[in-house]
This record gives sequence, C-alpha cells and structure tokens, in this order.
Amino acid sequence: MVTIPLPPAEKATLDANEAVASVAYRLNEIFAIYPITPSSPMAEFCDEWSAGGKKNVFGEVPSVVQMQSEAGVAGTLHGLLQGGTLTTSFTASQGLLLMIPNLYKIAGELTPFVLHVTARTLATHALSIFGDHSDVMACRATGMGMVASRNVQEAQDMAAITHAATLRARVPLIHFFDGFRTSHEVNKISLLSEEVLKNLWPNQEAAEFRRHGLSPERPALRGTAQNPDVFFQAREAANPFYDRAPEILQETMDKFAELTGRSYRLFEYHGDPEAEEVYVAMGSGAETIAETVEWKNRHGGKAGVINVRVYRPFATEAFLEVLPKSVRKLIVLDRTKEPGAVGEPLFTDVAGALMQAPADRRGVDLHGGIYGLSSKEFTPAMVAGVMEASAKNELGRHFTVGIEDDVTKRSIPYDETVDITEDDTFSAVFFGLGSDGTVGANKNSIKIIGEETENHAQGYFVYDSKKSGAVTVSHLRFGPHVIKAPYLIRQADFVGCHQFNLLERQPVEEYLAPGSTLLINASCPAEQVWDRLPARLQKVICEKEVKVYTIDAYNVAKATGMGGRINTIMQVGFFHLTGVIPEEQAIGAIKNAISKTYGRKGPEIVKRNHAAVDAAIAAVKKVDPGSMKEEKPATSPFDKAPDFVQRVTKTINDGFGDRLPVSAFPVDGTWPTGTTRYEKRDLAAEIPVWDPEVCIQCNKCALVCPHAAIRPKFYKEEELAKAPESFKSIKFRSRDHDGYLYTLQVAPEDCTGCTLCVQVCPAKNKSAPKYKAINMEPQEPLLEAEKENYDFFLNLPNPDRSTVSNDIKGSQFLEPLFEYSGACAGCGETPYLKLLTQLYGDRLVIANATGCSSIYGGNLPTTPYATDASGKGPAWVNSLFEDNAEFGYGLRLAFDQLQGRARHLLRAIAPQVGDELVNTLTEDRPALEEEMVTARQALAELLPKLEQIDSPEGRELKVIADNLLPRTVWTVGGDGWAYDIGYGGLDHVLSQPGRTRILILDTEVYSNTGGQCSKATPFGASAKFTIAGKTTGKKDIARQVIDYGGVYVARVAFGAKDVHTLNAFREAESYPGPALIVAYSHCIAHGYDLRHGLDQQKLAMQTGAWPLYRYDPRRMEKNLSPLVLDSPRPKVPLDQYLRNELRFRALLQKNDGAGVKIAQAQVEHRFDDLKRLSATLAPEIAEEDL
Amino acid sequence: MDLSTKYAGIPLAHPLLPGASPLVDKLDNIRQLEDCGAPGIVLHSLFEEQIIGEQTGPYSIREPHEEAFAEARTYLPASEDFILSPEDYLEHIRHCKEATNLPIFASLNGSRSGEWLHYAREIEQAGADALELNLYFLPSDPSENAEDIEKITLEVIQEVRSVTKFPIIVKLSPFFSSLPHFANEMAAAGANGLLLFNRFYYPDIDLENLEVEPKLELSRSSELLLRLRWTAMLHGRVKTSFGITGGVHTPEDVVKSVMVGADAVQTVSCLLKNGIPAFRSLLAGFQQWMEENEYESVRQMKGSFSHHNCPNPSALERTNYLRTLQLWRA
Repeated sequence: MVTIPLPPAEKATLDANEAVASVAYRLNEIFAIYPITPSSPMAEFCDEWSAGGKKNVFGEVPSVVQMQSEAGVAGTLHGLLQGGTLTTSFTASQGLLLMIPNLYKIAGELTPFVLHVTARTLATHALSIFGDHSDVMACRATGMGMVASRNVQEAQDMAAITHAATLRARVPLIHFFDGFRTSHEVNKISLLSEEVLKNLWPNQEAAEFRRHGLSPERPALRGTAQNPDVFFQAREAANPFYDRAPEILQETMDKFAELTGRSYRLFEYHGDPEAEEVYVAMGSGAETIAETVEWKNRHGGKAGVINVRVYRPFATEAFLEVLPKSVRKLIVLDRTKEPGAVGEPLFTDVAGALMQAPADRRGVDLHGGIYGLSSKEFTPAMVAGVMEASAKNELGRHFTVGIEDDVTKRSIPYDETVDITEDDTFSAVFFGLGSDGTVGANKNSIKIIGEETENHAQGYFVYDSKKSGAVTVSHLRFGPHVIKAPYLIRQADFVGCHQFNLLERQPVEEYLAPGSTLLINASCPAEQVWDRLPARLQKVICEKEVKVYTIDAYNVAKATGMGGRINTIMQVGFFHLTGVIPEEQAIGAIKNAISKTYGRKGPEIVKRNHAAVDAAIAAVKKVDPGSMKEEKPATSPFDKAPDFVQRVTKTINDGFGDRLPVSAFPVDGTWPTGTTRYEKRDLAAEIPVWDPEVCIQCNKCALVCPHAAIRPKFYKEEELAKAPESFKSIKFRSRDHDGYLYTLQVAPEDCTGCTLCVQVCPAKNKSAPKYKAINMEPQEPLLEAEKENYDFFLNLPNPDRSTVSNDIKGSQFLEPLFEYSGACAGCGETPYLKLLTQLYGDRLVIANATGCSSIYGGNLPTTPYATDASGKGPAWVNSLFEDNAEFGYGLRLAFDQLQGRARHLLRAIAPQVGDELVNTLTEDRPALEEEMVTARQALAELLPKLEQIDSPEGRELKVIADNLLPRTVWTVGGDGWAYDIGYGGLDHVLSQPGRTRILILDTEVYSNTGGQCSKATPFGASAKFTIAGKTTGKKDIARQVIDYGGVYVARVAFGAKDVHTLNAFREAESYPGPALIVAYSHCIAHGYDLRHGLDQQKLAMQTGAWPLYRYDPRRMEKNLSPLVLDSPRPKVPLDQYLRNELRFRALLQKNDGAGVKIAQAQVEHRFDDLKRLSATLAPEIAEEDL
Repeated sequence: MDLSTKYAGIPLAHPLLPGASPLVDKLDNIRQLEDCGAPGIVLHSLFEEQIIGEQTGPYSIREPHEEAFAEARTYLPASEDFILSPEDYLEHIRHCKEATNLPIFASLNGSRSGEWLHYAREIEQAGADALELNLYFLPSDPSENAEDIEKITLEVIQEVRSVTKFPIIVKLSPFFSSLPHFANEMAAAGANGLLLFNRFYYPDIDLENLEVEPKLELSRSSELLLRLRWTAMLHGRVKTSFGITGGVHTPEDVVKSVMVGADAVQTVSCLLKNGIPAFRSLLAGFQQWMEENEYESVRQMKGSFSHHNCPNPSALERTNYLRTLQLWRA
C-alpha cells in the first residue's frame, strides 16, 4: 500500500482508557462488554459515542451490547468473530479469568481479535481493584498473543497496531496496560487520525477475515471433537502462525512508524550499548526503570533496560538481538507473583530464552524481582535501590522491592528520598474531597495546560475507598518535555489543600518542597489561619520557607450561587499563584471550559461559575507565619483499640500503610472486625439534634440511619448518676418499663449529615411545626458536648434483648453490629444490613458478593461489622462477584455438616452430660431470639461438662461445640450479582433444600462501578449501556422464585413500609427452607438527592413501581394463600414517582409520554398478575387476603 | 357577523381562547381544541424556578458524586443524554406547530431578570407566535418598596424585548398600586399586550400533617368582575392589546369581557370542569348572544364599556363601591 503524507497529529490531553477506546471504537463494528474496574470507562466511552451516533472508520455507527458477565461476553465475542464481524472488548482481573475458556477457543481457531486489558490484580487473600500483571499472566497458556503498553501514548498506538496486526497474523492478541497507573493517568498525547488508522488497516486480510466467517453459502464445521489419533497434530498445525506473528507485529509497528514517526520494537533497549547490567520489565514499570537507568548513566552508570513490548509470542531471537553482548547481569522485574514457581513468569521466559542463546551468551547472572503488586508505587528510588543492592552483590536470586519483607527477608532496602525529577518539571499536589470536585477541576487544569500551551502535562488521581467523605489526592506535573514518570509526586512545588480539616488528617506537609507554595481553603479570616494550622505543618512551613496563601472558597461559592462547589475557585487560586500560564489566558480557558461543559443547557450554571472565577482572585490572601504552636503528642480514638488495630489498622488509616512490614500482616487475609468505630471521620456540617419533648419515641430515625449514627436506649434512672451535663433523657413511653428513661443520641463524628432521620421523623413541634423531634443543626458548636454524650450513651447498658417489643420501636433497641460504614450519605442499602445485624448479628455469617456492599463492608482500612459486649458478631467473607450464592450455600452446608457432627458427638456422650441437655442442643431450631437464648444457656451448661470428659468424642466436641448453636448464613449482594453474573448460582441454590438466606440489595444498576444497566434496571430508566432508556422491563426475580413453591420470598422497601421489612426478615429467618428477600435500595445512581430516598420508596410502592409482597409456603398449611400482597392497588399515577428521578427523564419526555403509558400499563398488569396468582394459589381465601 | 379580533397583533378568528392549562400538554387535546373552534393555543408556563432548577439541579445532584471514587467516574450517563424540561418545552412548541395551524402563545413565568430569560428567544425560535410573560413577585422583604418591584418587573420586560421580536403579552397580578401608570410603563418597556389577571395558589394548612398545602380552586364568574373593572379602566388609556383571564365561564362572561375592551378572552376552569367540548358550547353561546342582540362584529362591541365609552364611567370607580355597600345596608 502506498503511504500518503499525513498532516501533523492533533494533540490532546486524556487518559489511556479514552485513548484506547477511541481507537478500538473506530476500528470495530460491535462491542460486547461487561463493566469491571478499571476497564469500565473504555466500554462507557464506546457506549456514549455509539449513542451519540459517532461513526467508525468504515462509516458505520458501532453498537454496544452488555452481557451478564465476562463469561457471557467471551461467548458473544467468539460468536461475533465466527460470524465474521470486527469486534473487541475491554476487561480486567476476574473478568479476564472468566473469559479464559473462550480465549483458548478463539486462539485455537486462529481468529483475528484484540482484547484490551487494564491489567489488574487478581483476588487472592484479598480483592484489589488496582494494577498488576497477575490477570494477564493467568492467560499465558491460552494462545493469545500479548502486547504491553507503558504509557498513555503507547496504549493508544498499540491499540491501533494490534488491531491491524492480528488480522494479518491471525493470532489473537491481548493488549494490556497497567490498571489505574496507565488506564487512569491523564497525559498529553498525539492523537491518531482517521487517516493513520485507514492507512494502517490491512484491507486484504480484513476481507479474508470476512470470508472466513461462517455462512451456509460456503458451509463449514468448526468446534469438532477430536480423538487421540489427530488432536495433537491438529494443534501443532497452528505453529507457523505463531512463528510468523512477531514478524508481522514488527512490520506493523514499522509501518506505524512511517505514518506517525513513533517507532516501536518487539523488545526495546534503552541505555548504555555496552551495559553490563540490564533490566527486563514490561508495562509502566519499564518506564520507571528506563528513566532511572538514564539518570544513573548520566551519573557514570553503565546500565540498560529491555522493555518487553510483545510478550507472547515470545520472540527469543529478537530478545537476544537487543540484549547487549556486554551484559553480565540480567535483572528481571515482574509485576506479578506466582507462589511456588521457580520464578515469576517473565523471569522464567528470560531464563528460557537465555538457555536457547549461543553457549557464549548463556553465562549471565540472572535475578528476578517482584514489584508493584496492586499498584504499589514503583519509583526511581526503588530502582536505584535495586541498582545499589546489585552493585554490592546483595541482590538475591529472587527479591522484592517497594516493601519491607522482614519475614522472608527478600526485600531490598532503598533510600526513598532519591529523586530524579527534572528541574524544568513543575509539580503540584492537591488534597480534596470527592464531593468538592477537586479531581474534576484538576483534570480540567491539565487539559488547559496541555492544550492551551506547548507544555506537556500529566495527572494522576488517588482515591480512598469511601463512598462518603472520600479523600482525593491529585498529582499534576507539567513542563516543556514529555512527562512519563509513572509514579506519584513526593515533593511538590505547589500544594493545594481544599478542605481545612485535611491538614490534620492527611500528611500534607510531607509533600511541600523547599520554597514551595501552599494554598489552603479556610473559612476564617486570613489573619487567623496561621494559628489554626497543625504544629507539624507550621514547623515544615518555616523550615522549608513555604509561601502560604488562603482563600475562603466556601464563602466565595456561597456568594456566587455555587453552593458547596469550590472546585473552580480553588482552580483559579492555583493558576493565580503559580503563574504557569498568564493569568488572563488561564481565566479565559477556565471560563471556556465551563461554557463547554455546561453549554447551552446550563447558562445559569455557566453564569454562576464565571462569577465564582471572577471573585476568586481577589479572595486569595497571603498568610504570614506567626508564633509556633507547641507540638503535642496526638491523641486518637484508635488509642482505645486492640493492639493489632493500633499497630496496623491505625497506620493504614493514617495514610502510612506503605510503611508497614510484611510481618505486620495476617498471613491468610483474616482481619479483626469492628474497626470503623475508631475512625471518627467527622464528616457532617450539620447533625440531628433531639428534642425529647416533641419525640414520640418511635425509633424510626434509628431504623433508617444508614450509618448507625443515631441510636435509642432505655435504662434505669440511676444510670444517669455520672451523665454529662448536656446529656438528654426523658421518661420512657412503655407500659412494661415503668420508671425507665429514654435517650436518642447522635454519634456526632460518625453522622454523615444525610438527614434521612429528620425526613422520617413523624413528630412535629406544635408551636412551630417546622421543627420536628430531631432537627439538623451546625455540628461544630455541638461537637465536643455530643462526643462526650455519645461516649456516655455507649456505656449505658444495652436493653435486655428479650424485653424489647417485636415492632420497629423494639428492633431499634437491639445493638447494631454494622456501624459507621463508608457507604454514601443517605445510602439505601445499609439500613437493611444494619437491621440484619440487629436481629441476628451474634449468630450471623455473611457471604458478600463483590460490589458496593463488599466495599463499604470489607475495604480496608476500617470495616463496619462489629461485635457486641460479649464479643459476638457477624463473621463476614467475600469470595467473588459471580459465585456468591454458591459460596454462601457452601458455608451453609459446612455449618450444617459441623452441626450434624457436633450433635452426633453430643449424643455419643449423652450419658455423661444428661439427656435434657442433649435434647435441647440437638433440636432443630431457627436462629431466632428465644431459640438462641435457650441454646446459648444449654451450651454454657455443656462446656464445663466437656472439660470433664476425656473421651475422643468429648475432645472433638470441645473443638466444634459452638456449632450446636443455631447459626444463620445470609448471602448478600446487589442486583448486578443476583440478576446477572450470579443468577445461575442464585437460582440453583434456591432450588435446593436447606436454610439458604439471600438478601438482594436492589439498586437497579451496578452501583459500585458507576451505574451500569442490570436486568434489575426498570423499563425506561437511563443507565450506562442503556442511555436512551431501557427498552425491556425489570426482571421480577422475586416473582420468578415464587414458582419454586417452597421458597420464602419477600419484596420489601423499608422506606415504604418499615414494619413489612421487619416482618419479612423475621419470617425469612424462621422459615425452615430457602428464603429470598429483594430489598428496594435507593441510590445515587437514580439521580436525585437521597434525602428524598424514603419519599421515593413510598411512591414506588404507591405507584406499583415496587409492589410489596411476601410468599410464605407455611401459610398453605393453614389453608391460606401463600402469596400476600402487602401494598395496595396502585392508585398514584406512576409518573409521580418517575418524575423525581433523573434516570427516568428520557422515559417521561420522549414520544409525548408514550413510554410512561407503557410503564403504567406494566405496573398495573403486574399487580393484577400477582393478585390473580394469589387467588389461584388459594381461591377460597384469596379475597380476604387481597 | 365578523368575530375576528387581533390580540397583541396576532389575528384570531374570534376572541375566545383556551387559556394555559395542563390540557394543552397533549397534542391530542390541542387537536381536539382546534376541532372545537379554538383560534389559538396558550401553552402552560415554563417557570423561572423550573428553568433554573433544571439547569442547576441535575448538576448539583450528579457532581458531588463524580470523580470521587476509583471505580466510577460518574453514576449516570452524561448530562446531555437527559432531556431537560425547558428543552422538552421547546420540543413541545415545535410539535404543536406541526400538529396545528393555530397561533401558539407560549408562556414564561418568573419574577426577576436572569439566565432563564434567554428561553424567550429560544421559544421564539422554536416557532411560538407570541409570548405570555407571566410576572409575579411576592414581596416578603420589608426593605423593598413598590417602586423597586415595578422596576424589577420592567427590567424583565425590557430584557425579553431586547432578545425577541414576537409579541409579548404580560400577564399581571392585580396587586399594583397604580396600575394605569404602571401599565403605560410596561407598554413603553415593550409589552404588546396586557393580560388581566393572574390567579394564584394560596396556602392552606393540612391539620393532620401540620404542613402548608398550596391550593388553587377553579375560578368562579364572580372573579371576572375585578378583570372587567381594570380592563375597562385601562382600555384606551394604555396603548396595548388586552386580554382577560379568570372567571370566564359563560357566554355572557365573554361578552362582558369584550365590551370592557378585551381583544382576547381566556377560559380555563370551565374547560377543566366540563371538558374540552365545553369550548364549542361557550363559543356558540357567544355567537348566539351577538346574533340575538344584533351586533355586527366584535370590533363594534369591543371597548363599548370601557371607562372612556361606558354610559356612567364613575360607576367603574369608587362610587360603584359605595353603592354596593349601601345596597347591602338596605
């Protein structure tokens, strides 16, 4: 093909996900996808472009199909490829694992195909969403070729090269780049034009691929079963294609170089041509090594590095070709771990390649190191540490770097202060909250610098794992040269702290370089700022001569109608103080960006933002250092924690987890529970304040609180002897507790300020009905007193569980053993989990599917499942996303098995312990309160007796005696798990006998990964991958399970009818067979302020969008219909529910409301269907029930 | 008999117009109104709060959750993928224009000048023939005087005038201290028509839930009297077109309205109460009255009972009030 001269490439500032997606979109026809972090944005970009009608290079608008799992995606891809369509997908980690069977097939059939992978850690002792190569390394044997990219530019370029090369080679390829580090790094790159893509495209081979597609016009058979006589030979028949593939990849790269000037090789050597010490690595880590090698060589070193670009097929000759003949020592660095192997994968490949080298080149000293698991930082300082250890001959054959391994001593020490940053690179670090828009503004700043100036720019963003009050740290670099540096900034020229209280909670001062600038958002006059700074920060400011400025960004935001959004104000402050580009130009660019973002649809937003920008500069004030505070040893709520929690959890929580050595950690992923109680995140600007005189003591506020941050207790008056002065109490309204007092107490540092408690409060002040029994008031003036009150409250005795009533009020006197999670403020899921722990926490095991509930339930550093005063509480475990139902079923079977064994042993020693005790402990009983009390008492009697029994049965029973207690296993997860990826398992375990308990927290989308459509998404709702509104209805999973006949099923919504939810939880637990509860959970992905979550739940019920019902097979024994509809016939028009949520906009406003009519008909039809079903099941009593 | 009239420069087959109501949200209803003889359609109001709310609301809901968590950039599809109400309103205007040949009077409702006003231009571009500018300001700030409020209102009219060319009809509240003076100022600011008067929601108290409940009852014919008086007072003194809305239930109500000077007479409650076919009866009744009383044209009737033309203009003023009281005493 003739290469035509092309115009200079357009530059843009974007992340690798967008860059790769842009190429993949333009070179394919259809995408089969499933969301998984960190690859989801690629699929989302394609979906948005598709919905917007953007065309590929073939002039078509590609389509996007979402599947139920990556296994489903892989099957679809296989079919698409066999049909002869150009297709691709994006995945990572567990998703990639689920695709492996089809990858073998796709490769075995020599199918041209590229899969883009954001390389991510595989779940082992823990899940991690972050990056390493363990997922792609698990695919080594599939026959997929593997091509690695080190940075954003390369990721874009390799996307194009691999799509072109695979068509020629017929070897399918995995194109991978490091999850987060590369996928989410924003950098300035040269874009690939449509002309480049077209010129690179192998038209002839693409046509051959089409012709190879199955067709009845040229029938062929694929997927045969073969026997021992031929399989082997047929497998070897593909060899020539693998032999040719590296050459084709190189030819494609060469052609790409002609078109773009960017040259790539199968293996790329950087460094001294006469190097004696050479490193081998792939992915972003190879970039870090290359930078460090260059730095080292500038200072007299003679090192080199080979970047492995094409890892499979591994072209041994090409590798040996780039390896300098001078090499004496090869140090291979793997970003993965293969326990028990002779070495990590790249190490063994290099070792194998060397073995195949001519004899005179084999005598190389080979070392293998592991770095960067789960996005652990990999810095030039670490590389320098390896170099130094190598120079001293202290490098073991196998080593680790970046951690301190004080157990097996494999780690290399390094000097973390080594800094190779070039002087002409400006660096800035920003501390903010997720909710204040800091990251968005910084992404915008990078774009402005990258696209308005000749400068290069890079941005990387670090998030914690909280969904409320999340802290973000942004790392920005810019300068005249290309910026690679795939690691965080250590010392910044500019530090912005967008939240004053982060100065206390985050190690801000550690990032301040000498002479740097610090800009603080403070809601006080500039003159008062210095005295409010933490002593340690004051000290660093003085020592490093840091210039300090402040801005009252919240005040500016308020004055300009921006509410709590301070991001553009802080952004202006940054440009103003740094002068990285002329101020006028910066302001103009910020304003342009605002206009572009909010556009025609938001002129009011544009106006307010512009006003905020204009007001910001004048609000920046200098802060002059004053007198120094005395540095006092910090106290922390963790001071009261157990030793492990203080040593480990607190360290992680303080932001110093990187410093913990290997010995600090449990060896098998087992962690203590109940650690959120030490964190005290202090998030709420306003907290609820109780008015005892108005309160009717219904405890609804406690029920709906997502964070267990408002709690009631009743107690005897004498308990108040040492009460703090401001502690409130009032006579307890209970006929059974005469003389008792009642208190409703807020946890002032754990409350997120969501206001659900105030929303649900039914009591109003008669003199001023705007006040309820609880009212939101500013937290700051109340904080100290309420902290003291809450401490006192927690130490009041908990009410005797057996004396509380069976209603909502009573349930809230039971201690919640799920508290202060990192869930969103106003979360609609957590109240169910809290209730579950209140009812059954001391006998509860939770199998938790991956998703929101596993993140706020089990993401370090602190976790919310807690213990009661006797140390009992939920045991919690997460297996995977796709297998949770089966996993929970396994746990249930395990406990049944152990209980059976324990009972068998107990019966064997009946003569020694007495028949009554044996009968009590071997009787089948549900894990309900009374049964539990009986069983616990019996066990308490048994244990001392066991001490006296010296028989094999007695000794064995001592180990497993706790299994004689009733135990409940609740399998918990979201709709993504239950309706989609885990549905097969969920369906199966519910068809099995036994006390399976399943709770689906149904938010009607994949919430954790950003609101992608699931089969629980209702008709008409807009979600990712169904942007224009879902065209099919929501799967009524509860209705489906009813068909089994023997399963207890309930569909609940606590905000619609709380007592119904409570009853369902009780009935499900008492049911002797499997039970399913489907729980309506309002969510930020629904597009409204969650303070109205309870109102929406009520409307969902009233309109029929979410009918409440219970199916209890036990009712049939009483000749009653097992199906009870607990919500009335829909009387409120459905649009009253729909119009409050952004997700239903498309439904409401398209086609003159035709969609709403369909939706209305659907809810009415469903109600009629349920009513009919109920009547059919027991005709003689149906009317009464309905 | 010539029933034609011109309302703010827009020719109408007759003066009776279906006023703004939820009825006109559906194209089917608009077609039905046309079949019943409606000479034009007044669309429901697009509110200032609605426009600002639609602009700011989606962002204030979405943005605090964006770029806040490693696994999700956002939680909803991009904003431009949602149709916001104002856009929907413009779309509705386009559909109305496609569905009927009648003139479309769109409506904007608000009080202070601001970014919502640019929708006036978009409404014009979407094909509306005129704009009903529904201005109401409930003063709760003791530091704001009557002059301030009039000034704010005039600014809004001027602003809309500056960005549009189509007729502007200002829908007024009756609560101005010197309506004739202010009406002239509104005309000078660019108003082509004045519509008397707006009817308001009033707060009621829900005793069970201790909540304030805004309520709007359907109008009654007695409410027309206030409109008749002020139209009569202004007609001829202010060089704008006039419309009457509020309390028009019978053919006689229409007749009286035209007599005091209304170019257009809007009815809403009557249609909400009796259904769209009631429009046909009302129109027929009006025509019948004119025939029976031998009026040749609407033009002949229009303004015959204005302050300028009525036999006893003083009766329109204070004496009218006194006499009513005296009658009661008797």
